[in-house]
Amino acid sequence: MSTSTNLVTSVGAFSAEAFALALESHKGLPSWWLERKEAAYKQFTSLAYPSATDESWRFSTRSGFKLDGFLATNSPATTAAKDIGLPGKPALTFVNNSLTESNPVDQALTQKGLVVSTLKQALKTHSEVLKAHFMAQDQRLGSAKFAALHTAFINDGAFIYVPKGMELKTPITIVHSASGANTAVFPHTLVITEENAQVSVIDYFVSDSTSAHFCCGANDLYAGHGSKLNYVGLQNWSTLDLCLQMNSTVVKRDARAQSLNLHLGGHQARHESLSQLQAPGAFSEMLALTIASGEREFDQRTLQIHQAPNTKSDLLYKNVLQDKARTIFSGLIVVDQDAQKTDAYQSNRNLMLSDSAEANSLPGLEIQANDVRCTHGATTSRVDPEELFYLQARCIPEAKAHELLVFGFFEEVLNRLEDDELHAALRTIIQSNFN
Amino acid sequence: MADTTLTSEPVQSDNPVTGIDQSAGNFSYKVDYEFDAGTGLSEKTVEYISAAKKEDPWIREFRLKALKVFESKPMPTHWATKDLEAIDFSKIRYYLSSGQKPKRTWDEVPDDIKRTFERLGIPEQERKFLAGVEAQFDSEAAYSNVKEAVSKQGVIFMNSGEALKEHPEIFKKWFGKVIPTGDNKFSALNSAVFSGGSFIYVPKGVKVSHPLQAYFRINAENFGQFERTLIIADEGSEVTYMEGCTAPKFSTSTLHSAVVELVALKGAKIQYITVQNWAANVFNLVTKRGVAHEEAEIKWIDCNIGSRLTMKYPGVILKGRKARGEVISIALANDGQHQDTGAKMVHAADETTSNIIAKSISVGHGRSTYRGMVHMPKHLKGCKNNTECDALLINTNSRTDTYPSITVRGAENKVQHEASVSKVSEEQIFYMRQRGLTEAQAMSLSVNGFINDLARQFPMEYSVELKRLIDLEMEGSVG
Repeated sequence: MSTSTNLVTSVGAFSAEAFALALESHKGLPSWWLERKEAAYKQFTSLAYPSATDESWRFSTRSGFKLDGFLATNSPATTAAKDIGLPGKPALTFVNNSLTESNPVDQALTQKGLVVSTLKQALKTHSEVLKAHFMAQDQRLGSAKFAALHTAFINDGAFIYVPKGMELKTPITIVHSASGANTAVFPHTLVITEENAQVSVIDYFVSDSTSAHFCCGANDLYAGHGSKLNYVGLQNWSTLDLCLQMNSTVVKRDARAQSLNLHLGGHQARHESLSQLQAPGAFSEMLALTIASGEREFDQRTLQIHQAPNTKSDLLYKNVLQDKARTIFSGLIVVDQDAQKTDAYQSNRNLMLSDSAEANSLPGLEIQANDVRCTHGATTSRVDPEELFYLQARCIPEAKAHELLVFGFFEEVLNRLEDDELHAALRTIIQSNFN
Repeated sequence: MADTTLTSEPVQSDNPVTGIDQSAGNFSYKVDYEFDAGTGLSEKTVEYISAAKKEDPWIREFRLKALKVFESKPMPTHWATKDLEAIDFSKIRYYLSSGQKPKRTWDEVPDDIKRTFERLGIPEQERKFLAGVEAQFDSEAAYSNVKEAVSKQGVIFMNSGEALKEHPEIFKKWFGKVIPTGDNKFSALNSAVFSGGSFIYVPKGVKVSHPLQAYFRINAENFGQFERTLIIADEGSEVTYMEGCTAPKFSTSTLHSAVVELVALKGAKIQYITVQNWAANVFNLVTKRGVAHEEAEIKWIDCNIGSRLTMKYPGVILKGRKARGEVISIALANDGQHQDTGAKMVHAADETTSNIIAKSISVGHGRSTYRGMVHMPKHLKGCKNNTECDALLINTNSRTDTYPSITVRGAENKVQHEASVSKVSEEQIFYMRQRGLTEAQAMSLSVNGFINDLARQFPMEYSVELKRLIDLEMEGSVG
């Protein structure tokens, strides 16, 4: 009994001493930042681990979320980031929580107010903006404890600020990587688009495949009035890693946010995605593709909150399950009382390619306004034998036909991307990950 | 025991649920109770009930064990509504009996009880025609009549208390097997204090020609009803059971917590129909589940209109190959009501199929919730589930929730779930108003249209009653 209690309350290596040491390296940064970190550490130690009655952890292998064995201090980078197969060069590359490489963005744009920098840098130049947006949204999806850990131990991250009216044509890529045994990383990307601005940001997560890491990341996306914010999170952590990603999107009047999360890596990967539609005309598109294989677990929790009238959200999460993989999709659409004329959609499709895989779907709705259009759907099935037959009847061998249908399953999501080059790059990455 | 006489004049006091017209539907009579276990729940209460019913020791043990389970289980408020905390278990009467032996013919039923049924609107003709009436008046069956044709077929249809004494060999074999005591807090409560309910056994190959019916109601303030129903359909048999309830409106919360177990053996078919119209102060927390063996079929038709809070998720465990389960659910939540209903389908054999169709209507501040579970555990082949939930919201402050949970293992199964939320089409209302209908009439027609395809599956008299109830509920929801 006592050992299990110890396990549950264990902070692993994230002790008060380790925290003090981490805080030491942030000396000189704004006081609100240090205070917030201190408050976060207190919160991390006081909040309980998810329990068996915790609905937001239903079906999750909670026992897998143990912090024991990971290191609070950063080991030096042992590998440099390889070619990641995405168009363009990454603007910022972080290895084990520190910036290792940066490629400056077009100077003409920075002169007009574009900022692509590290969080540490931004704390000096844009302290107030950061204060208002960094981890500012409530953690409503179950990981408040780990969000507090993230805030307490975060060392650095990416800060992207797109000024009013600026439209960026090429995507900004950020690489977050972990290397060395038992490293814990806390990647963070914060993106703000001011009025009518436009940007595409790609987060690429990667780690060496020889050892386990704890990857506890978060992002804050803020789409100001009339802006357009596209986000791609390409999660390609090692298949040994314990991963948690907490994403938050705030969408303002007539703004449009699109986020696509690709889940390829992780031994146990949990992804939380919160979308808040805060003003009329806001639109949030939430997309995800997961390739689950081996004995791995992918746990995705989403929340679409409609807080203003005439808002729209559209969610499409697709999972392909192989071997003994498990997936959990738990989504909720919340329509507040005043959010009349809401148009919300939520769809979870599971493609089962193995007899030992397990798919869990919990698509939920909480509607408190009557003049709305809200639908959701969840399906779980294998490749449609009739579609397979159709292709075979046209002389396509069964294996090839099967492959085509699986790739077709992904295409429905990838087709939502406007950037063709990115679409092609992601397609190649997915296909190379799929046997 | 305390007073054996209860004043059951409608008490005008503060109602926790605002906006409810207390004068409407006050079916309440002064009744003399011969046995009364008093309020509150303890081992004494349970022993009193067991003694009053002159039960065998094993039943007494079963009850006492269940009481412990009930006490050890927490309220499931981590997922269910906090409203459950409003139940004060110490203020509830757990057992009342008018002290009569179940009657065989209508003539033997005491006049005052007949009067109650009359007010409930059971038509004279229907009373005579009823295949068998298990009219539960408070805890004990006041009237029980199995139509001759049915008993000739070898069908056993009686009060469960009687059946425990007369047919222990059948009863004991299945009792508490589909829904074990510890299934949930309220099934444990029921196992501790159950009284009344029906027991039906349909022998091999018998197709019961008439639907079996039971009417019951809660009549005493602060009095909960804990009936226990067990239906066993032997190989190749078929039976339809109907349950409808109305209750008088009282101002303090009443608790109703039934356990219904169905067993459909190979190739058998059971259809269980419920129209629930408890008063708006009743907590209706019911556990209903059936086991369908090979090629058997269990269909729950469930309609919830009344009660303050209903939590009911009829389930089917599809245990045999090619078994089939179905839940048809209609819920109407008006001001101050929360209809938390749904379905559970556990696939446990190859080629099993299940279908869930749920429609809910929320009026005023009403809240309706769909909670569903579909489970396909091991490496099964050819299992299929289809779930459709549609919610209709009438007023701007109405609320609806959907919380399904679907688990599928293996590539050979197929599951689809769809849900939608909508409001009454303004164009439809406009069209009908143009043709001379009032707004309320148009609304009522539209709502009836929304559930029409499900209502048609009810027996005639029930669908008529349902339509009438919806008309009644829609009154005053417009404007």
